Amino acid sequence: MDWQPLWLTFRLAIITSVILLVLAMPVAYWLAFGKFKGRGVVEAIIGMPLVLPPSVIGFYLLLAFSPSYWFGAWIEKVLGLRLVFSFPGLVIASILYSLPFMVYPIRAGLQSLPSSLREASYTLGKSEWVTFYKVLLPNCKPAILTAFVLTFAHTVGEFGVVLMIGGNIPGVTKVASVAIYNEVEALNYPAANQYAMVLFAITFVILLMVYSINNRLLRVRQSS
Amino acid sequence: MEVTFSLSKGNILALTGPSGAGKTTLLRQIAGLVNPQSGKISLNQQLWLDTSQNIQVPARKRNIGFVFQDYSLFPHMTVQENLLFALEKKGDEKVTDELLEAMELTQLSGRKPHQLSGGQQQRVALARALVRKPDLLLLDEPFAALDHSMRYQLQNLLLKFHRLYQFTVMIVTHDIGEMFRLADRVMIMNHGKITQSGSPAEVYTSETDDVGDFTLFGEVLSCQKLDGHLLVSALIENKVRQLSLSLDMEPQMLPGNNFTLPYSLEPGRIRLVNNR
Repeated sequence: MDWQPLWLTFRLAIITSVILLVLAMPVAYWLAFGKFKGRGVVEAIIGMPLVLPPSVIGFYLLLAFSPSYWFGAWIEKVLGLRLVFSFPGLVIASILYSLPFMVYPIRAGLQSLPSSLREASYTLGKSEWVTFYKVLLPNCKPAILTAFVLTFAHTVGEFGVVLMIGGNIPGVTKVASVAIYNEVEALNYPAANQYAMVLFAITFVILLMVYSINNRLLRVRQSS
Repeated sequence: MEVTFSLSKGNILALTGPSGAGKTTLLRQIAGLVNPQSGKISLNQQLWLDTSQNIQVPARKRNIGFVFQDYSLFPHMTVQENLLFALEKKGDEKVTDELLEAMELTQLSGRKPHQLSGGQQQRVALARALVRKPDLLLLDEPFAALDHSMRYQLQNLLLKFHRLYQFTVMIVTHDIGEMFRLADRVMIMNHGKITQSGSPAEVYTSETDDVGDFTLFGEVLSCQKLDGHLLVSALIENKVRQLSLSLDMEPQMLPGNNFTLPYSLEPGRIRLVNNR
């Protein structure tokens, strides 16, 4: 069995999740506590990947990333980076595609904290940043863990977007879900089964671990 | 809400009134946690808020201590870490150690808030609010959830630190005993306005004329005759009190009996003997 597609899948999922974790924190904080107009617009845009067919997102990203259009051409000129049919392109697409899975749980976690925690920190002379980093984040660990794993799992499960903008280049863009599709198309069911089984097993173990940890964290909190 | 008042430095002001009167909002506005539509707030020479000049000093830059009704300790930090968090970057850890000591929390300094009783949590909250040596201490019904003796203990701690650090205090409370024990001045708020203001005695004695009359309910624990009167130990509002009564009341005062006594300022018949 060729392990490369699986390895690529998990590398993509890890890189995407880590980048999203950093990006999503300020967005989640802003959505949770920010006072601004047009919040609904921002929320709708972030939530789009939840409801849109992946092929729609993939299609527009394909156009955006293509060097024949201005954004792709600009990126290629400025950064020397081609985003269609490349790994960096997959990462960017995955970030957009999994954004709600990271942002929403963290926002919900932040909002579930009593507002007096924030206020207590302010009255003790602390800035918003220190309050966020030292008071709020440590108290929504379960939410952050959930967000991270959902994002990871969602990226592992990506198919349509990858196929649209990544294609099928071994070692570069051929992730496990695409490999399974290829093997099935070639009527090579045993190979498809191997990939599918590995994805199935690993994903199950990861989710199991997360929910066990989360239940324990929740128990600790409830006992208080 | 429409409120104007000033408070002398080092005084303790009790704020009271029905719920929804705006007491908590007033406290939060002074702290800078919410801003009023228009108004002016200053402490000593510092201007904290002046909407006409568009000045709004944020909560973190006002040197205050705030004690919340729900304590608001940081659940992921130990008692000591909660206090250290309040310390300035170059602050002296001696300050927190002293506070822990004075609040009798040294033994508990390694515990997390959820491992503490309500009274202990409130002591931590009070200590944490004092770490920065605030000019103004704001307390929002701080002791309401505590039982009598714990409340009494915390009131004494508050008075002790007030004498020590000389900060100004605003406390929201419904407990008249607390006002008398702590406050130099009481302000009664109603519908966002101050309806009465003065010393506790002025505010509460002018309110009713029959202030001397009330009724004691209790349970007799023991009763003995002593020098021509009855010495009765009774359980009144969960506290054991000694009453000195006239001898003719003996038939009612059998141990285990419940009694109702009209207590009035009319001398002679009933006297509370040891009323701590």
